[in-house]
Amino acid sequence: MKEEQEILLVEDNSGDVELTLHALRGSDFGRRVHVVGDGEAALDFLFCRGPYSSRSFERPPKLVLLDLKLPKVDGLEVLRQIRTDPRTKTIPVVAFTSSQAEGDVIEGYRLGINSYIYKPTDFGDFREMVKQAAQYWLQINQPPPLAAFRGQ
Amino acid sequence: MTPNEVEILLVEDNPADVELTLHSLRAHNLSNRIYVVRDGEEALDFLFCRGAFGGRSFDHPPKLVLLDLKLPKVDGIEVLRAVKSDSRTKAIPVVILTSSKEEKDLVNGYHLGANSYIQKPVDFDQFREIVKQLGLYWLVVNEPPPNGAFSGPGRSGGKR
Repeated sequence: MKEEQEILLVEDNSGDVELTLHALRGSDFGRRVHVVGDGEAALDFLFCRGPYSSRSFERPPKLVLLDLKLPKVDGLEVLRQIRTDPRTKTIPVVAFTSSQAEGDVIEGYRLGINSYIYKPTDFGDFREMVKQAAQYWLQINQPPPLAAFRGQ
Repeated sequence: MTPNEVEILLVEDNPADVELTLHSLRAHNLSNRIYVVRDGEEALDFLFCRGAFGGRSFDHPPKLVLLDLKLPKVDGIEVLRAVKSDSRTKAIPVVILTSSKEEKDLVNGYHLGANSYIQKPVDFDQFREIVKQLGLYWLVVNEPPPNGAFSGPGRSGGKR
């Protein structure tokens, strides 16, 4: 059986995708990452439509690592859509971005982001942050149970 | 330490859990700026800068609230609801740290906007390890909300 995809990485910068996957490789998480390169593909994945229509809302990722500056649909809009639909509302979403714009951090928290991480520019720091984030959200955090995705 | 310099607000009524949590955070130099309250009412007074905490300011929120669910006076779910429904406190990261294994608590916690939910391990060493990891994550890895996140709803200039 195919391994469950536990992390959805939404990232358009191929260098950052490589770095992130590299950081996760060697850990248990490495094989359970699905990568999409723009906001529209992220929404298709999460809302089980288009090329992802065979996915099920009952198997949400345990973590969405979301860049904010994305082609087609930007990261904050992806977040807003996730948070306004009961089928996706409680999925843990972490902003992972180089945006230091205070407005983005504020808006992210207002829209209900679970956590906000600045991408370090240093390679070693970047690896370390990705590993810690994956470890925290996949091993320490208790993900929402299925009942949390069935509306209130 | 004045109440405005607090980095972690620990809301916990069990003295053994308080000791264990403080000890783990301090052992890893994660924070000495921890303030402990022992019931939900005191937690709300702290977070809403009232009563004994009337001198606190909404501009200096903690970077993390560690919230037990079973609390005297006002329970943890009610505290969470109050924090997440007021624009002055909504952005404060709240992590539920509880021994509750009830699915209802987990579902309610996420629906009300808890940033994360952690079950307290019964094993002493595991408890210490988890507290270390969560301290590291929320104080070092996470970027806390800036001050502007705590003023009234919506900024001028419309939707981004």
